[in-house]
Amino acid sequence: MEARAKLIDVAAFLDRVDRASGPGDFRWTALRGALAELASEKSGRAERVLLALSDPTLEPLAAAPGKGAAGAWPGKSA
Amino acid sequence: MRYIEPHGHMVSRVTDDYVNMVTAGCAAVCEPAFWAGFDRSSPDGFFDYFKQLTEYEPKRAAKFGLPHYCWLCINPKESEDVRLAEEVIALIPQFLNAPGVLGIGEIGLNKNSRNELKVLEMHIDLAARHDQLILVHTPHLEDKWKGTKLILDALKNDRRVKPERVIVDHVEEHTVKLVLDAGHWGGMTLYPESKCTAARAIDILDTMGTDRLWMNSACDWGVSVPLAVPYAALEMRKRGYTPGQIDQFVFGNPARFMSQTAKFKMPE
Repeated sequence: MEARAKLIDVAAFLDRVDRASGPGDFRWTALRGALAELASEKSGRAERVLLALSDPTLEPLAAAPGKGAAGAWPGKSA
Repeated sequence: MRYIEPHGHMVSRVTDDYVNMVTAGCAAVCEPAFWAGFDRSSPDGFFDYFKQLTEYEPKRAAKFGLPHYCWLCINPKESEDVRLAEEVIALIPQFLNAPGVLGIGEIGLNKNSRNELKVLEMHIDLAARHDQLILVHTPHLEDKWKGTKLILDALKNDRRVKPERVIVDHVEEHTVKLVLDAGHWGGMTLYPESKCTAARAIDILDTMGTDRLWMNSACDWGVSVPLAVPYAALEMRKRGYTPGQIDQFVFGNPARFMSQTAKFKMPE
């Protein structure tokens, strides 16, 4: 029941975004990419979802762009 | 049930939290130095905070019969200003002999910048020079995997660091193996949204085993649950862990790590 409720919450969130207007958001793109892992039959889905939303680079940033995290990596161009 | 809260920012909590924790079986609480939610304007602000952690908060906890320990540092969220960090780090040695100080923490990275990395290396050096345990904060969300890799490299690069004397906190499914394979301890932080839920933390135990891991609530001034550890113990019970295994994990493991300093007294 818990997983069912969470799945419907995610579905409702996607519907809510469909109804919204405004510019795109890199987090939306990243979330859609990570969602594909839910349909995978291979174990390790939680780890792969986390990695799909992570900064994959290893070079330290020249300066911290603030303190907060967004939830997804905006890419090198951001 | 008895348990140790190995990571709680109690200066941000109210006395009701102490009452509830002790009622739930908390036998000791350990408080890493943290960001106040705003940047402190001078080293004097840190001096006062270190006094609060080493003198006032242990007295407040003692009113509820709870032993209070702490870790000292300038938190990664304030590490972009290297000059300030140098001045704050210079203040720390005078506090290291206080009876409740377990080591240096929670140090680490926040946004994975070069200055944060410099300050992390300064903290590692401080810990090594004074033979202190280390508690590491890993970054949030999209920055965690990269930050964990950079932190592990920094720890490995200082040959004075003994891996088993370092706990790397806030591990999740994509970082726990990196930390354990490096010989460190791993901490799982139980948060409603941004870190592990109780169910996910127990999933990690199911797959990785219980050795060199602990759970904490990291309760602070933000969205967090001071009783997250006993709630997760209930989840362990549902999954079939025995009372003895639960006790070993929520009490025995943190006690085993922290007993590496003579400052930590085994709770009765």
